[in-house]
Amino acid sequence: MIEALTLSSMPESAQALRPAVRAFLDDALRGRPMDRLARSWMGFDAEFSRALAARGWVGMTLPEAYGGGGKDAFHRFVLAEELLCRGAPVSAHWIAERQSGPLILKYGTAAQRDFFLPRICRAEIFFCIGMSEPQSGSDLAGLRTRATRTDGGWRLKGQKLWTTNAHRAHYMIALVRSSGAPQDRHQGLSQMIVDLSLPGVTVRTLGDLTGDQHFNEVFFDDVLLPHGALIGEEGAGWAQVTAELAYERSGPERIYGSMVLFDGWLQYLRSRPLSTPAELALGGRILAHLVPLRELSVALTAKLAQGASPVIEAALVKDLGTELEQAIPNLLADALAADPLAERPEDLLRTLSYVLQVCPTFSLRGGTREILRGVIARGLGLR
Amino acid sequence: MDTLLAESIERLLAGCSAPAVVRGVERGQGAAALWAELEASGYADLLVAEAAGGAGLGLREAFVLWLACGRHALPAPLAATAWVRAALARAGVAAPGGPLTLAAQCGRDAHGAWRCQNVPFGALADWVLVGDAQGAALLPVASGERRPSGVFGSLQAHIRWPAHPADALPLPGPIDLLHAGALMTAVLMAGAMQRVLEATLAYANDRAQFGKAIGKFQAVQQQLSVMAEQVFAARMAAEIGCAGDGIVPHPHRAAVAKARAAEAAEKVVAIAHAVHGAVGVTAEYDLQLLTRRLQEWRGDFGPQGYWHVQLGRALVAAKGPTLPFMLDELLP
Repeated sequence: MIEALTLSSMPESAQALRPAVRAFLDDALRGRPMDRLARSWMGFDAEFSRALAARGWVGMTLPEAYGGGGKDAFHRFVLAEELLCRGAPVSAHWIAERQSGPLILKYGTAAQRDFFLPRICRAEIFFCIGMSEPQSGSDLAGLRTRATRTDGGWRLKGQKLWTTNAHRAHYMIALVRSSGAPQDRHQGLSQMIVDLSLPGVTVRTLGDLTGDQHFNEVFFDDVLLPHGALIGEEGAGWAQVTAELAYERSGPERIYGSMVLFDGWLQYLRSRPLSTPAELALGGRILAHLVPLRELSVALTAKLAQGASPVIEAALVKDLGTELEQAIPNLLADALAADPLAERPEDLLRTLSYVLQVCPTFSLRGGTREILRGVIARGLGLR
Repeated sequence: MDTLLAESIERLLAGCSAPAVVRGVERGQGAAALWAELEASGYADLLVAEAAGGAGLGLREAFVLWLACGRHALPAPLAATAWVRAALARAGVAAPGGPLTLAAQCGRDAHGAWRCQNVPFGALADWVLVGDAQGAALLPVASGERRPSGVFGSLQAHIRWPAHPADALPLPGPIDLLHAGALMTAVLMAGAMQRVLEATLAYANDRAQFGKAIGKFQAVQQQLSVMAEQVFAARMAAEIGCAGDGIVPHPHRAAVAKARAAEAAEKVVAIAHAVHGAVGVTAEYDLQLLTRRLQEWRGDFGPQGYWHVQLGRALVAAKGPTLPFMLDELLP
């Protein structure tokens, strides 16, 4: 049985970050349309990422020796929630900062740390994550991309799919099979850092239903990787990926995905003389969900800060969070159409449409809802 | 400190609030012996200021006490007595002995007659704290007319006082009963839901159909995961409501606690009964001791819909985005 997540307090020094971040965002985001902001951690803007890095806000939890901020997970949480709630376009550096950097710090060699971490902190290099494959989605352990040892390192052959940002990232951390066969499941998997500019790497972008281009097919056609491409231990890839997913699943991006839309709707309510009881109840209901969710997420951050890897609790909070993120656009769609004759702001309607269309992905990426509930069930002692 | 307190309360209630005791009280066998044991434990004075002879603790510790009361479906108003005694002490009024409660819905007519509907634990309390915008008073049940709610096993009662009783204890100034009652009820619910989850998990691992434990079926696992999520969220909301010193809850935080607990209870009760099947609604089976109480508590001191409107009004009245509002007005 998993223990309850309890209220955790944040250090004052983390809270003290807020005014500077808000002032920066007031300036940097001025004039950006609401439906662009609603893309938030799907919004790619390398220049914005570099401007954040120049202020020390990329790689806050990485050690200062590598150009990071040397701060604890709470500092990153505060920064992340300020960025996400405003819809800052953080996609370019987000994966590197959230999981690739911490992964390299934890499992990387001295050479890997020295090379990658300072560049991540300067937002010079961006990462993507190579997990899913055509025949291996939720059943990740069945993946087939294979790394074979050569004299000079590894030869990589196979294909990744749905890889976010592969067309504009510099590196991929790919989970691949380095020994055995797909039926060996969790044994024989390794993580490789793949330089996406190498010969034999082909990236083909797939459009999504909103017209955006963020995910890709990536083909590895006998790509020759140096020895230094292996990250961590050969064959320990599954354990490393599980730990990495706790980072991916526990962050505030699993709560605040629809906040730009929600705040836009609140502004619309405030622009009218009176809100209906139904509108007030809806706003209050969403708030009553947000508040405990946010504190659950802080409690997870406290566990990360203590060095724990709260895999099961992270699955639980992510599932709750994405449920709210998906409920918001659906509830607001209904509320906004309550009076068919009322004229509503066009930017708000456009934002609503965008979030409505992408919100099914909220419970797909980082582990589907059904997989997460299986993880929770394991934590509950049911399997 | 909180762990020690929790363990000691847990020991006490595990001993004195066994299912047989709960059933006995629900069938009208009285709670005098139980109350004597609870009184002797001193927990009813947990929140009373030290100067007035209590332990001087606040909502943070009340959370621990209330959670345990809910967990054991304690058939006595220990949670309410602890808060009302502290409120009386703050107001400089000496508390009478015996179990106390606070009214969820109350009002008075032009002649000053108080009418209270569905008083939580009204069937067991000797005194009821009532209040409105004009003021508050502790009213002796003996001077009023108490009617059972008519609901099987319920510990609620309707109580009316034909005139303002001469032996009422007046409190100086109005007192906010609604938020205190809502918060207390939210914590009781969080405790009860935790126990319902544990009982349902145990049942799912134990009960076999189609040759294996029903908890091995994915459809059941998914339901139980949803239930666990709701229990986690409700507990966190209740804890947020209790974050702070003193005994007066922060109104918005109390609203979040009650709204979220009530919404969670709807799903938790439904899933618990779905997993248990017919045995779950059997009188001899213990699950219903908790789920019946949860259904009652959903409405006590305002259901989720009431609190949603209150929260929404505050949110819309604020000017900026939601995050600063949450950080400034709702989070500890």
